[in-house]
Amino acid sequence: MAETEIQATVVVDARGLLCPMPIVKTAKAMKELVPGDVLKVMATDRGSVADVPAWAGSTGNELLEWHQEGETFVFLLRKGEGV
Amino acid sequence: MVDSMATPTTAMAERAGPALTEEDVRRIVRSEMERAVARDPGSRTATIIASKGTLDFAYPPLILATTAAASGMQTSVFFTFYGLNIIHKDFERLLKVSPLGNPAMPMPVTMPNFVLGLPGMGPMATGMMKAKFRGKHVASIRELLATARELDVRLIACQMTMDVFGYKPEDFIEGVEFAGAAAFLAEARKAHLTLFI
Repeated sequence: MAETEIQATVVVDARGLLCPMPIVKTAKAMKELVPGDVLKVMATDRGSVADVPAWAGSTGNELLEWHQEGETFVFLLRKGEGV
Repeated sequence: MVDSMATPTTAMAERAGPALTEEDVRRIVRSEMERAVARDPGSRTATIIASKGTLDFAYPPLILATTAAASGMQTSVFFTFYGLNIIHKDFERLLKVSPLGNPAMPMPVTMPNFVLGLPGMGPMATGMMKAKFRGKHVASIRELLATARELDVRLIACQMTMDVFGYKPEDFIEGVEFAGAAAFLAEARKAHLTLFI
């Protein structure tokens, strides 16, 4: 696993939660950030692999990268200017 | 006087210089279209009708409504007929699931339909579903309703069915609005996304 150099401003731990809660928690956390901030989301919901990128696309936030660490999916999202 | 006869194409070519390739034009058109879609209020509005009053059918409208709101959409859910159960103060008692006439429901052992109609089978199925959902850490209906309100989802009770069933405004959870078909349609006609559940 390549070591990521991007520093997250805030981390959302949505492990153990199922749809729609990982997205709800991500959206709530993102609301508090300013454009350019990076949000790290940790989830174990397999649906989040499709849902987090889709959510980022429809909300104007950028998915920088995602990878799997054991059971956990880790997403790095950069807050956009807002659609 | 500036050349008023210039067509939009020549004006654009002059501004962008001679290096404007077909690829550039495609990219500009694509980004303009994306911007137009993003600006369109219709793509940022979701309206959902919740018409069923069982525990299994309470989930889809609330999951989709909370996700739509979390995706930045103005979201309303119109509760009509048995869907009123979902926003009734007593929703935890009212929302049940019935195994009768529901061959898709997984049961510990296969049972003929007449057995599923016996007293006690409904509560058993309801208990099973609640335990299964809790075990998998799916949010409860109470949590989803709280999340919906927190995300400013409009919860609208159908006034006509309330009158038919004899419900009063105070029978419903806090924050519920009351309206009819015309009010729902006025909202739905602005939305590209309208679901009937």
